[in-house]
Amino acid sequence: MSVSPAASREYPERAALRFVLNGRPVDVWAAPQETLLAVLRDTLGATEVKYGCGEGVCGTCTVLLDGAPINACLTLGVHAQGRTVTTVRGLASPAGATGAAADGMHPLQRAFVAHEAAQCGFCTPGMLLTAYAFLEKHPHPTRAEIRAALGGNLCRCTGYARIVDAVEACVRARPGREDVLRDP
Amino acid sequence: MYLPPFRYFAPQTLDEAIALLREHGDEAKLLAGGQSLLPLMMLGLARPGVLIDVNGIPGLDRIEAGGDDVRVGALVRHCAVETDPRLRARCPALADAAPLIGNIRVRHRGTVGGSLAHADPAAEVPLVATALGATIEVRGPDGARDIPAHEFFRGYLETALGPAEVVTALRLPAHGARMGHGLAELVRRSGDFAMVSACAVLGLDGAGRCTHAAVAMGGVGPSALRMRAAERLLVGQPPGDRALDEAADAVRDEVAPESDVHASAEYRRAMARVMARRALRAAAARAGGASPDAGPGAVRS
Repeated sequence: MSVSPAASREYPERAALRFVLNGRPVDVWAAPQETLLAVLRDTLGATEVKYGCGEGVCGTCTVLLDGAPINACLTLGVHAQGRTVTTVRGLASPAGATGAAADGMHPLQRAFVAHEAAQCGFCTPGMLLTAYAFLEKHPHPTRAEIRAALGGNLCRCTGYARIVDAVEACVRARPGREDVLRDP
Repeated sequence: MYLPPFRYFAPQTLDEAIALLREHGDEAKLLAGGQSLLPLMMLGLARPGVLIDVNGIPGLDRIEAGGDDVRVGALVRHCAVETDPRLRARCPALADAAPLIGNIRVRHRGTVGGSLAHADPAAEVPLVATALGATIEVRGPDGARDIPAHEFFRGYLETALGPAEVVTALRLPAHGARMGHGLAELVRRSGDFAMVSACAVLGLDGAGRCTHAAVAMGGVGPSALRMRAAERLLVGQPPGDRALDEAADAVRDEVAPESDVHASAEYRRAMARVMARRALRAAAARAGGASPDAGPGAVRS
């Protein structure tokens, strides 16, 4: 029986999946049914990526795909083929993120510590990555803009104020930006 | 975290995707951004035996800006709609609607074609497409055809797409001079679907009277709906407070929302009036050359 060109597009049960994780190339076997979250946590042991709601609402599984925040729970692993994936560990290494210091802490992470922006810490990786991607594109946001940018990441402990404080402090601490906050 | 089993195809051309849809019929679903389909699968509400992933088909992710219209490819992500300057210049209503969709992660993956094909009655892309009288370009085994938005959305999660047809693009008419748009939505939490949403588009003549009026409402019926009675009241009138009040009253009388866990029908009807009024006020201000306010493009509350 001949196979039509379309039918030949079926993926095998498992296929080689290559992408760059936090600056390091990785090469794994993945089934097309596996979400990127499953590939990261189960296959690669990247348990810093948290599984929250599993339906794209809570933001705790946020990773950066080619620098853009996405739901790892709603992205197939195969969609990372040939691309770069950044988890919160990538923020802590100078190879993974701009602005990370040699001591391994990104200024956002240091601000989260200084402002006690985490309680249970489960949402923190997603918060950090969302804030990082936002500040890369909007280096001088207002507090209202920071709140809006983090609006898709849920936290059940902090009441958000300290998280926004931390991001705001990070913006304010940038050289020459002491007066940056425009709104009260 | 784990999806139910399915066979997975990654066609490289539209013809291959259409052939696969023909072959697998009702068992198959197209996968674009996956931000609606994958949650439905995670929750066990959809269990397609075959996923046909269209992300690898080249050419569907382009925004083409012409003089009179703008053509948004089916695989264009919502974040590109939000930021493309040519699209914003020609169709600010869609550009302003994009940031209201889901959350930032959904907007980086979710696609215009996916939102149209999913046809959620509270979704922003169908709302704006309906208000603007946009055209949905589709392709199937018998070739390509254009479907006007008001015929495309048939009901709750239901469209005019044939069993082996694929949405290829959304074509929107460019805003003319002295035209303005307004968007307003009622959402309880950031990222939620709107309980009630409104998109208004007004066009004015030299004397400041409405030559064109379009009002579409989302979340108050099985799909986004045009409010024909309100539109008729506005045409020929200057869009002052009284005309806008009357049009908003007509919207309240025209919608037939249902009660659900999020809001009662009565509340939705009352809020439909409020959202329509806000969208109309913004549209009138923009059509008259004023900025509706210094805030974001859409009113959200």
